[in-house]
Amino acid sequence: MAIMTFANAINEALTEAMTLDPDVICYGLGVPDPKGVFGTTMGLQDKFGDDRVFDMPTSENAMTGIGIGASLYGLRPVITHQRLDFALLSMDQLVNNAAKWRFMFGGQRGVPLTVRMILGRGWGQGPTHSQNLQAWFAHVPGLKVVMPATAEDAKGLLLSSIFDPDPVIFLEHRWLHNLRGEVPEGDCRIPLGKAELLRKGEDITVVAMSYMTIEALHAVDHLTEKGINCDLLDLRCVRPLDRQAIEASVNRTGRLLVLDTGNLTGSISGEIVARVTTNCWESLKCAPQRLAMPDYPEATSPALTEGYHVRAEHIAEKIGKMLNRGVASAALAQQRKHPHDVPGDWFTGPF
Amino acid sequence: MSAYTSKQLLFQMKRIRFVEEEIARRYPEGAMRCPTHLSVGQEAVAAAVGLALEHNDMAVSGHRAHAHYLGKGGNLKAMLAEIYGKVTGCSKGKGGSMHLIDEAVGFMGSTAIVGGTVPVGVGLAYGMKVKKSDQISCVFHGDAVVETGAFFESVNFAVLKQLPVLFVCENNLYSVYSPLSVRQPEGRSIAAMAAGLGMPTYSGDGNDVAAVHAKVCETVAEIREGDGPKLLEFSTYRWLEHCGPNYDNDIGYRSETEFLEWQEKEPIARFERVMLDNSTITVAELQLMNDSITLEVEEAFAFAEASPMPAVDSAYSGLYSEQSSYSSALKREG
Repeated sequence: MAIMTFANAINEALTEAMTLDPDVICYGLGVPDPKGVFGTTMGLQDKFGDDRVFDMPTSENAMTGIGIGASLYGLRPVITHQRLDFALLSMDQLVNNAAKWRFMFGGQRGVPLTVRMILGRGWGQGPTHSQNLQAWFAHVPGLKVVMPATAEDAKGLLLSSIFDPDPVIFLEHRWLHNLRGEVPEGDCRIPLGKAELLRKGEDITVVAMSYMTIEALHAVDHLTEKGINCDLLDLRCVRPLDRQAIEASVNRTGRLLVLDTGNLTGSISGEIVARVTTNCWESLKCAPQRLAMPDYPEATSPALTEGYHVRAEHIAEKIGKMLNRGVASAALAQQRKHPHDVPGDWFTGPF
Repeated sequence: MSAYTSKQLLFQMKRIRFVEEEIARRYPEGAMRCPTHLSVGQEAVAAAVGLALEHNDMAVSGHRAHAHYLGKGGNLKAMLAEIYGKVTGCSKGKGGSMHLIDEAVGFMGSTAIVGGTVPVGVGLAYGMKVKKSDQISCVFHGDAVVETGAFFESVNFAVLKQLPVLFVCENNLYSVYSPLSVRQPEGRSIAAMAAGLGMPTYSGDGNDVAAVHAKVCETVAEIREGDGPKLLEFSTYRWLEHCGPNYDNDIGYRSETEFLEWQEKEPIARFERVMLDNSTITVAELQLMNDSITLEVEEAFAFAEASPMPAVDSAYSGLYSEQSSYSSALKREG
């Protein structure tokens, strides 16, 4: 398997899908521009032509409806938004048309549309360039919501999303684009709705999504050295939610910590805690806990985001508390050599 | 225009009128339990456009779509059954009056959010362009749609890519109870405004079915030859209330005088008179036409009323493709 970045894995998935199926088209603001949406769409227009790969007018709502119409005609559009926040202009088409079409017309035709949205945190992205609104989309019956954390999953889940018969919101965390990992060649689809157990342990179940899975890996591996063993479940999709995997794990460990990239209230983490509390009550040894973003927009200045985001040390401390064990987590913070508002030295802006 | 075409136009208009009036007559029985927007008075545009389009051309529409669906050739029984909430309905009872579909005749769907299907129609046309089809996509819409962002965005893209889209704007002066005067600047011409977005447009009498048909045929041919999108604005008037079976001239948003003026211009009697005057049709043929429509409409209502209701558990199906594992997981959850 080749080692590549998450962004390259997205590019490979798009290339693979467009090679396999001439009905796949790909468009969005900046898709064929020199930066190629953080490298994810580089070279596609040269390979597949400008009928299939194109930049678009700044018309997020209509361009989503146009994707719906094109998919009803037999195409498989992949729309890309450089920020999730921009895609909020398309909520009418996503919620009233894409999500409803199959149901409200008695199952005659679905909308095989994939909408990529990039979400993130840090680097002064601020109140309207960093929102993690996965819960909004996951709330809507008819949509599927995918949140990969690794390069391999990025490719495999994007391929499955593109070839899925129903509309899929595919959420890429900006802090993951430069993350490297092994990625299989070719058509390496990963089924939607299956969480992946990344670490196995009997003390507690940690459920994470997207970038929070990376912070969780640091915390969980640190705790292993201290003799605390965690199940770490990477959700990969937040709708469908792999309830079986979550509940099976909690029934084994008796403890649950959910990590969410979004604001706390009304979050996916709340849904998971509710389900587990209802269905695994007898197994629980302590109250389920959550770590998510505060119920405030993200501010811009680096002075104001200090402490706003959940990091590995917060996760380790929270797990220690749930197990009534003191955990020294300072090392986790100290091992980071870069400022708090970037994922690594590679990230130097401007966006 | 051939006598045959004239008779088809008259037949289509009468059929739409009979259906809508029969819905209005039976609506108070309470068996049609969904918001229902009738097209009485506006039959000409739907009849003419439906006839001018080819069978495999596609169309989308909005909340007031019965006439467009029927004009395009949509199955009458399936439409009425849908309004009655029956399993034999075109959307199996999931959609009702505002969500009509008959893909067999290219009627790709009507939805209830104003402007919601405009980009969908343009997207169908993008598919036609990519797949090098000679079909065209017709977007039926009203005067309020041109106030939405979706309309501007969609027209911009259709013009940019020179897509085969026919925008058909039925301007009936009101959006619910709000007249044009509170929604668009005085003196605004929808056709002129749309022309400013870069496509040829036209404005004409939407109650003169022969003129509408001639204009639409000419325009459809131009679009099919690759001329790009065009918009036709037709003035017309709905006789009944915005939603429901009643006349509402007494509630104060429009005047009885205005209504009576428009009723003078109503499309069916006007065309029938012309056809009788120039002997395109005889009184006996007219009677035969009326009788056959009455019979068909009665049969369709009987079908709708006799059809079974959908099973209640079907309310929890058909959200995702049956091929999707999610679909069976949802079923298990019940």
